[in-house]
Amino acid sequence: MSTPLLTIDDLVVEYPGKGFRAKPFRALKGVSLDILPGETVGLVGESGSGKTTLGRAALGLAPVSGGKITYDGRDISHLGRSARRALSSEIQVVFQDPYSSLNPSMTVEQILIEPLTVAGVSASDAKKRVRDLLDQVGLPGDARNRLPREFSGGQRQRVAIARALALQPRLIVCDEPVSALDLSTQARVLDLFIDIQNRTGVAYLFVTHDLAVVRHISHRVAVMYKGEIVETGDADRVTSAPEHPYTQRLFMAAPVPDPDRQEERRAARRALLSAS
Amino acid sequence: MTAIDVPPAVPVAPVRVALFRRLTRRPLGLISLGFLALVAVLAIIGPLIAPQDPNFADIRAILASPSGAHLLGTDGSGRDVLSRLLAATQTSIAAALIALVVAVVLGVVSGLIAGYYQGWFNTAATWVTELNMALPGIVVLLAARAVLGPSVWLSMVIFGILLAPAYFRLVYASVTAVRSELYVDAARVSGLSDLRIIGRHVFSVVRAPIIIQSAIIAGIAIAIQSGLEFLGLGDVNVPTWGSMLTDGFKNIYKNPVLLVWPSLAIALTCIALTLLANVLRDELERTVTVRRRRRRAVLTATGSIATATTSVALGGGDLTDPDEIPEVADGDVIVHREDARSKSTEPVLRVRDLRVGYDQADGSHIEVVHGVSLDIRKGEVHGLIGESGSGKTQTAFGVLGLLPRGGSVTGGTISFDGVDLADASERVYAGVRGKRIGYIPQEPMSNLDPAFTIGSQLVEPLRKHLHLSAKDARERSLDLLARVGIPEPKRTFDAYPFEVSGGMAQRVLIAGAISTDPELIIADEPTTALDVTVQAEVLELLRDLQQERHMAMLLVTHNFGVVADLCDRVTVMQNGRFVEQGPVRAIFNDAQHPYTRALLDAILDEGPARPPLGAENGVVA
Repeated sequence: MSTPLLTIDDLVVEYPGKGFRAKPFRALKGVSLDILPGETVGLVGESGSGKTTLGRAALGLAPVSGGKITYDGRDISHLGRSARRALSSEIQVVFQDPYSSLNPSMTVEQILIEPLTVAGVSASDAKKRVRDLLDQVGLPGDARNRLPREFSGGQRQRVAIARALALQPRLIVCDEPVSALDLSTQARVLDLFIDIQNRTGVAYLFVTHDLAVVRHISHRVAVMYKGEIVETGDADRVTSAPEHPYTQRLFMAAPVPDPDRQEERRAARRALLSAS
Repeated sequence: MTAIDVPPAVPVAPVRVALFRRLTRRPLGLISLGFLALVAVLAIIGPLIAPQDPNFADIRAILASPSGAHLLGTDGSGRDVLSRLLAATQTSIAAALIALVVAVVLGVVSGLIAGYYQGWFNTAATWVTELNMALPGIVVLLAARAVLGPSVWLSMVIFGILLAPAYFRLVYASVTAVRSELYVDAARVSGLSDLRIIGRHVFSVVRAPIIIQSAIIAGIAIAIQSGLEFLGLGDVNVPTWGSMLTDGFKNIYKNPVLLVWPSLAIALTCIALTLLANVLRDELERTVTVRRRRRRAVLTATGSIATATTSVALGGGDLTDPDEIPEVADGDVIVHREDARSKSTEPVLRVRDLRVGYDQADGSHIEVVHGVSLDIRKGEVHGLIGESGSGKTQTAFGVLGLLPRGGSVTGGTISFDGVDLADASERVYAGVRGKRIGYIPQEPMSNLDPAFTIGSQLVEPLRKHLHLSAKDARERSLDLLARVGIPEPKRTFDAYPFEVSGGMAQRVLIAGAISTDPELIIADEPTTALDVTVQAEVLELLRDLQQERHMAMLLVTHNFGVVADLCDRVTVMQNGRFVEQGPVRAIFNDAQHPYTRALLDAILDEGPARPPLGAENGVVA
């Protein structure tokens, strides 16, 4: 099909070790992945698997010590601060915690206008755009003058999504954006993500630990384990018939919300564990 | 998800009322601000309204008493005290301001840069700060006077440099904290320059502490400056409060009143500044709080620290949340009939019409659990499921008697094996909680005290509740650790909590909870903080232990998978009320209440996976 929007090739990320001459910590050990325009790639793994680091590397928030990240044919693995800033209209982010990702002392309008003014949009155009953005994420127009703390978790996450959309990016890195939300809110916010994608054709790198979420939102899924991608494929194939032993163990570990089928899965998990 | 949501009683005070108006609304703020304004005015116009030249010595009127010519009398050299006092106010305040400005500029700028960029500047700045703090201030000032001569202004610049660490450390700590906030990362991704991020996002957080610190530092500067002048280190030609004090001290036997005026000026200004700092702190820190969650540690009888996460949902009011499932206000709990698998044993815990409420700061009272009833039978696992803010954790903490400050059981009965625990005293709970009722918390790490080894935290309740000897308690703890699947019990026993993983810490807490052979375990989201593979192992362990020991269990959770895995019976909770209760299969297969159905519909596990890109019913990106 089309050429990938983002290509990650044999990426290595190392964090300096703590203490004098300590060995650096290798968070990513040669990871390769690509994302097509308009596609959602789900990145699933457990804590410490490196999934968040991969997302941060794409955003330029993690030190790249090997390999290459290409965006739209351009090498962006070692961009300087100003070149990186220029990329802000292309790649955006929605973080996990809607409580700490919005500055508590700024109103929603200030939060949304900030990236616009930096990008050189005039004040009156920016205000119009804010109304439009709030509408896109399903928030009332009078939300503009409120502080983040006046909103529930789901609404805050909508504000964060609106901020990401402000510059009309082509790729949004979503770092566990629904993990802190309640079950019913989670489903609605995920639908909003899909809806926005269908309307704007934005691509998502969707980082999550939740297997049900990743299955719901991703076209393709990559499974990470200890800094490496162990399995990639179409969402249905990876989540229904995983091939890699770790993926199998991971999916067997998630409890099914049905007492009888969970009993079966428990037995299957035991069998799998005793076989290996 | 264990967040205990306490709905607000009153709308939060409007945030953006000008600070000045809020200060003047408080008596102490008004008084101290008024006094400082007076001092400021006198400092500016003092020399203009002074009746005489402050340095003009009238040798005929040495130590004269107050009179028409000299309203406050004259000093030991025959100079007019009132004129000197007015002139000294200007010098003393200006000197203190110099020290303050130098300290603020140096400390804040270096703190911002060091905190935001870290790196070599941070290393260097921290080193210089530490050196600076190690220097004895008075000695440096004495040396400076010897080298540079007796100048009030120079010595205050140097004193400002000596004060800079107070700001550096304050700003550095705030900046390093705010730097890890996600909104700073988001601002970077939004393309903001570093300068703008520091100015907009970082500085707004450090502004309040700087203002408060400045009020305190100004007081210190005035006191120290006066002290130096009192020692005679200043310029004799410049009148200051300190030099007036020296003169008064010399003539203390001849005219003690001379001491009063400079002393009053120094003392009242310093007191006013300190009081202002206090009022500022009260006013500023109340609105600048970034944290939404209040944490309060409660010492459980198991010796572990249970952390009650109390999130106070603020404001909102007229903003409706479209994501929220609306409440159906019929009030009645739908109770399903028991099925063939239900336990027919008698209840170990019987809760009737339980109400939990919170006292608010303004004296009002909010009820968060509105009369709920529940039976837990012997050997049964009862799931309590609901979304955040539904009151499920409140209910559990009400039973445990561990409600955070201000919370109490306001109605109903909690009967545990004949003992009524509703709002019971610590004495009643002493023989029950941690002995006959075990507790497994959500966040394993914050529930173990990092200052003690895991072993000592396990041994303590065994010795206290079961009166075991040190040796027996240790052996039993090691057995328990082995039982909960810890590979090297001996090593974990001697380890500190931060040396083990989250999954291991949760196993340790489970070992602690079962160590006294309780009849009932209350588990508050025991697997929420864990990875899914670790969660599966912990669920397995809980299941095995529960069956092996025939313990009853109250499992608080928001995860339907966990409920399906462990529970025999389930209660669904919404907004402080139970809406549906019954055997686990009845709830999953035959939910009646709209809320339960809405929750079950929101589960994503069951849905089809998203098809590959381009195959989505005609929508091609």
